[in-house]
Amino acid sequence: MGSGIISSFQNLPVAMEADFMIQYLQEIKINGVSVYITTTHVALLIVSLFIIILAVIANRVIAKADPDATPGTFQNIVDLVVEMLGNMVDGLMGTNAKRFVNYISSIFIFILISNISGLFGLRPPTADYGVTLPLALFTFCIIHYCGIKKNKTKHFTNLFQPVALLFPINVISEVATPLSLSVRLFGNIMSGTVLMGLVYGMFPIFAKLGIPAVMHIYFDIFSGCIQAYVFCMLTMVYVNDKIAD
Amino acid sequence: MENISGQDFIYGMSAVGAGLALIAGVGPGIGQGIAAGHAAAAVGRNPGAKSDITSTMLLGQAVAETTGLYGFVVAIILMFVKPFK
Repeated sequence: MGSGIISSFQNLPVAMEADFMIQYLQEIKINGVSVYITTTHVALLIVSLFIIILAVIANRVIAKADPDATPGTFQNIVDLVVEMLGNMVDGLMGTNAKRFVNYISSIFIFILISNISGLFGLRPPTADYGVTLPLALFTFCIIHYCGIKKNKTKHFTNLFQPVALLFPINVISEVATPLSLSVRLFGNIMSGTVLMGLVYGMFPIFAKLGIPAVMHIYFDIFSGCIQAYVFCMLTMVYVNDKIAD
Repeated sequence: MENISGQDFIYGMSAVGAGLALIAGVGPGIGQGIAAGHAAAAVGRNPGAKSDITSTMLLGQAVAETTGLYGFVVAIILMFVKPFK
């Protein structure tokens, strides 16, 4: 009887229709190990292609731009975005901004488009821990590359500051940086995806008319923009911490 | 109800644990509210620095939110990944 309760519990319409987990589309066997092509891969591919096409078009438009003519709509938007990202990096990193503006801008646009892709029916790639952890590990590598380049061996002896007793705690705080960065992005986008999935799966049809639109504005657009901004800001703060004079 | 298997008990307790894990959301809520309140007061005193205050507030709130998200991730793992089999 007990297992009957559980199995009927799992077959409730709620559990059946709420669709927010990663699903695999294709199973590939490589030397007997199953590798899955999941919705994350497809969404990542679409997002990447979109960004590449956008970048190529923007490059063409800017290269052909006539300095005397009035800029068109697309050129204006590209100008605005590039200037905004430049100001964002400049405001935090100051003299070091030139070295990092390309990386921060690309990662910002990638995370932003990934988060917003939930609006277009994709499962946001950033709602997969396998996407956010590498992003945070890039940050981790950059932090320590810059730290070693700037401080040489002092970068490691700093772990024993102010007293040698604090060494384990310093190490934990260094390791916690990529963990908290990735979990922050993953958790925010995943919570939005879960709630949207529950709304789409649970609500009766008449309640799906207006409510999901409001939730999409909050979870996809507002939360997505904030999280992309926060990820880039924190990356800059951590890196700036190591290379500041 | 007398013959609930160990597996079912684990599933039920996982759901209870997921609910308890979300108590972690209380702290970040209070913290973010305090941050937003102080930011509003700061904008009231110095409206010229609104953009700086807003970005600082968002950064602080995002950092404060992390502990709540740890609870959320634990809840998701308990509910859907089912680590205890």
